[in-house]
Parts: sequence; structure tokens; C-alpha cells
Amino acid sequence: MGEATATLPALRPVSAGDLRRRIWLVQVGFGALAVAACIGAPLVGPTTISLRQVFDTTIPFSQNVDAQIFFIARLPRAFAGALVGGSLAAAGVVLQALLRNPLATPFTLGVSAGASLGAMLVITLGVPITLLGSAAVPVASFAGALGALAIVYFLATMRRQGLSTLVLLLAGVTLNSLFSAVILFVQYLADPAQTLQSVRWVMGNLDVGSYRPILWALGPMGLAFAAFARLPRALNLLTLGPDSAAVRGIDVLRTQRVAFVSASLATGAAVAVGGPIGFIGIIVPHLVRLLVGADHRLVLPASIGLGAAFLVVCDVAARTVLSPMELPVGVITAMLGGPFFLWLLVRNR
Amino acid sequence: MRVTTRHTAAFLAALLLVIAAILGTQERPRAQEHPARIISVVPALTEALFAIGAGDEVVGVGTFDKHPPEVATRPRVGGLLDPDMERIFALRPDLVVFYGSQQDQIAQVTRAGIETFTYAHGGIDDTLSVMRRLGTRVGRASEATRLANAIDTQIATVRARLAGRDRPRVLMVFGRQPGALANVYASGGTGFLHDMLEAAGGRNVFEHVSRESIQLSSEAILTAAPDVIVELTYDDRMTEDTQEAEIAVWNRLSSVPAVRNNRVHLLLGNHFLQPGPRMADATEAIARALHPDAF
Repeated sequence: MGEATATLPALRPVSAGDLRRRIWLVQVGFGALAVAACIGAPLVGPTTISLRQVFDTTIPFSQNVDAQIFFIARLPRAFAGALVGGSLAAAGVVLQALLRNPLATPFTLGVSAGASLGAMLVITLGVPITLLGSAAVPVASFAGALGALAIVYFLATMRRQGLSTLVLLLAGVTLNSLFSAVILFVQYLADPAQTLQSVRWVMGNLDVGSYRPILWALGPMGLAFAAFARLPRALNLLTLGPDSAAVRGIDVLRTQRVAFVSASLATGAAVAVGGPIGFIGIIVPHLVRLLVGADHRLVLPASIGLGAAFLVVCDVAARTVLSPMELPVGVITAMLGGPFFLWLLVRNR
Repeated sequence: MRVTTRHTAAFLAALLLVIAAILGTQERPRAQEHPARIISVVPALTEALFAIGAGDEVVGVGTFDKHPPEVATRPRVGGLLDPDMERIFALRPDLVVFYGSQQDQIAQVTRAGIETFTYAHGGIDDTLSVMRRLGTRVGRASEATRLANAIDTQIATVRARLAGRDRPRVLMVFGRQPGALANVYASGGTGFLHDMLEAAGGRNVFEHVSRESIQLSSEAILTAAPDVIVELTYDDRMTEDTQEAEIAVWNRLSSVPAVRNNRVHLLLGNHFLQPGPRMADATEAIARALHPDAF
């Protein structure tokens, strides 16, 4: 679909009917991809399980190993992977448009560093093991993300009327370094087992083991996705520059605010569930632009679908390749995604 | 001619004396004396030094050293990842005990003319031989041998007591994200944790994986279906409520026999994870958890 170029592609005029058809195609196609990944993933794994036994209601669940492998070890991971992958990819698209920078990622603006700090504090101080009915680590990490979001937002809006994307970028990058330093300090004070845990957390892991963190994350992710649904047209115009967008009737400040807050919420919730899984937020949006062009009405839904499917597949590799050992999923996203992206980049030159 | 010969002989004798004197002064302080100022960044060996009576010579300890209580009075010089070299030099040690992986630090200290003793992880036997070697190095060979033999005997006694009993299949966990079944680290089929588990009358469910540590997915735990889960943690100040809550985290995997039969044990204390003089006590505690009726 569409011609693709290696750098940020320009918008091409298409007729309204043609566009509607393409949006529909993209939504259905990439949506189906994500759904297929979620259905297929729980069927694959290092242990052979019988589906008949998985759904056999005559065996009590507490004694049904196959059902537990399916419903505890595999299915929540597929859901978590889809949500986290879709959120990170969407946040990447939105932030790249907002900052008008192809190198922006969901982790550029300090939100993930805030989330990591929250998680580190709970892992190393180990005070409560549950918070608000969920395991403490995801909750604390989401709180950290919100804290970082508030600080960056406050800094970017305090100096003048409006939201300075330059200050947003600088404040985010600085906050990233600052939080990273605090994280190192917290790790320095921890005992070896806690240090191991906190280092491991940063590599990303979707083995949530229960549906609770997923349900918990659905709230902020739902809010973010509701906002994303209204953003694509405004993002298209925003990539031309704030002035051009304002001339075309876009409320620039409002769009920037909504874009920043929703992308940060999605990132914060994703990191709380799976840890800071790298690469998806930058590679999936660019991959999608190579496939469907630059129109955010196509890029955003396609990125969500592809991000979801990609992370679910990577996670299958994480739990299968070295079984019984678990591989960090963040390592796999980078090792699979990187070379593939480079190949696509060269091929399309 | 006679005069010349006498002169030559005298000269040679003098030369020999000078050489002997130089060699003598160079050799004396190192080869015969034992270190008087020791720094150890390895908790297990710090503990061993105190246990063999070399505690007075220990002038600096690592960040993670907690045992014996006297270590609290010694300056801290960092640990595995962050040894503070300036601090180490300032304490004027004549022997520094490092981890084998701390190559840069070993090189720095060696350049400064300070001797080092290196430590590498291994099984129970490796640990005991390291203790004996350390004892010889600090001039307390007989004390170290006595300590190592005592540990050996105590472990052999545990083994003998459990001989002939059924060996439950055990998952030995030593790290996990608090409050969740995520990032679970367990002992593979090598190393002192595996050895302690075997000596304590258990069969490691991951004995076929020849690594000291493996990170497990929930699926691997469900498939392995251990009879007992022994979870070890450094944190010996964990409250009873937290302990109960952490054990309850396992309830999600209700098809695992250990969970179904309430055989998940949480054992607290750094002696489970640092193979030092209390290694036999740790082994016995694990044995009591696995075979409560044998004690």
C-alpha cells in the first residue's frame, strides 16, 4: 500500500472515498493481525498442552495443569503483550508528531524513568507488597510515571502561554538523566538480590501471572486510546508546524496537551505492566510509515495493531527459546526488530 | 699475585654479603609474615576471617557484610560492583580479598604492591577449599581446616540423618519481584545452593540445567510441578505479615503440588545466599523444612 520513503514521508492527497477505504482496510488488517497473535500465542510454548483438557470443566481448575499453563502462564502474557505493545507504538507515533522529531520514543520525555524509579523504590525498600489491591511494583511504577508527567508538563507550560515542545524535550531528557542517577543510587543501597531484581525489571517482562495488573492498566490506557482516536487529523497538521496547523483551524495548544498527556498515560501504564520494553515505540511507527505512508489516520491504527502483534510474538520467543529459562523480552524486541527494520530501510531506498 | 687473589676473594665475599643483604631485606616482610591489615569485600570470606580468629586483622569490609556483628565497626569499602579504591588504599592493607571478576581492581592493587586473594563461586567443596586456602594465606591454616572440617561434618550428619528417606522434588528460589510471581530466579543444577539442597535431602527440579541460576517463567514452574518450594531471601527483618503475604503469592499456581499441599517455605537470612561459615546451619534449616519429621 502506498509508496514509502525512508525519512518522514510527506502526505499525498487522496480522494475522501479512497481514504475511507484505506482506513477501513488498515484498521481491519492490522486489527486482525493483533487478534491472530493473541489467539495463536497461548497455543505455543515449551510444554505440550491438550486444548481438550484446558477447557475440560470436569477437572477442577486447581488440579488442571494444562488449564493453568494456558490461563495463568500464557493467556495473560498475550493480553499484556498486546496492550503494552499497542500502547508503546501509539505513544511513539503521537510523540514523534508532537515533537516533530523522528527519533522521539515513548521513553524520551522522562515518563518511563519516573516509572522505573517508582518500581525500584518498591523493589529495594520493599515496604508494602500490595497497593490498592494490586502488586505494589506496577502501582508504584505508574505513580512514578504520573509524577514525571506532572513535572515535565509543569516545566513546559510555566514560562509562557502555551506549551513549548523544546522545553518539553529538554525537560524530559534532563529528567531521564536525573531519575536514572537516582535509580543508580537506590540500587547502590540495595542488597544483591534486590539489585538483581531491579536490573532485571528494566529489561522488561510480561510474565504478569495474573489479570489484575492488566485490568488495572486498562483504565489509563482506555483514556489514552480515547484521546488517540480524536488526534490523527490534528497530528497530520501539527507535523507541518504549529503555525501552519493554527492557520488551518487546529487548536494547537489543546492538541499538544492532549497528545502529551495521553501518550504519557499510555506509556506509564505500559511500563507499569511490562517494564520499559525498548524499541517498539520507535521501530513500529517507522515500519508502519514505510508500509502505509505518513497519514496519521492510517499510521496510528496500524501502529497499534502491529505493535500489539509484534510484542506478543516477541514474548512467545522470550518464554520458549531457552526454556525453562526466560529471556528478557526487551532483548528480543531489539534483536528481532533492529535488523528487520534496517533491512526494510535499505530495501526501500 | 697472592695479594691479588686475596683481594679478589675479599671482594667476592663482600659482594655476596651485599647481595644476601639485599635479597634478605626484600624477602623478609612478605614471605614470612602474615598479613596484618586485611580488607575483604566478599561477605562469605569476611565472615570466614572472623570465624578463624583473623577478625582483629580485618580493617575494612564490603557494603553487604552483615555477619558477624563486629563488621559494623569496620569501615565499608564498597562491594562487588563499586569498590572504593581510594578508601581501600587509604586503609593501608597488606591483603585484599576480591571477587575473581574484579580484575581491574586486582590489577590496581597489585600495581600498588599489595597482595590479593581472589574468590570465585562454586559448590560446597569449592567453598570449603577456598576457606582452607584463605586460612593458609593469613597464617591460620589449622583454624581454617578445623572450621572447614566442622562444616563438612555437620553437613555429613544432616545427610546421614536423611539417608534412605524419600527425596522430594524441590524448587529452590532465591529471587522474585516482591508481591508477584515475576522475575523468579531459581537454582540450577550447579553451585552451592544446589549442593545444599541435595545435602538437605531434596532433589532439585532443575538439576538438569547446568547453571547456577535460571530465571523461570510461570509455565516452567507449572510444568516442573515441584513437591516443595523453598524460597530464600536476604531480608531477615521481614515482618510475619509480609512473610505470609509473600507465601500467599504462590497460591496462583494451585496445580503445583507444593502449593496444593502447603509446602512453600520462606527462609530468611543472608547465610542462605552467602556460602560462608554458617553454610551447614543453612543446609540444616533447609533439611528441617523438607523433612520436618526427621528432626
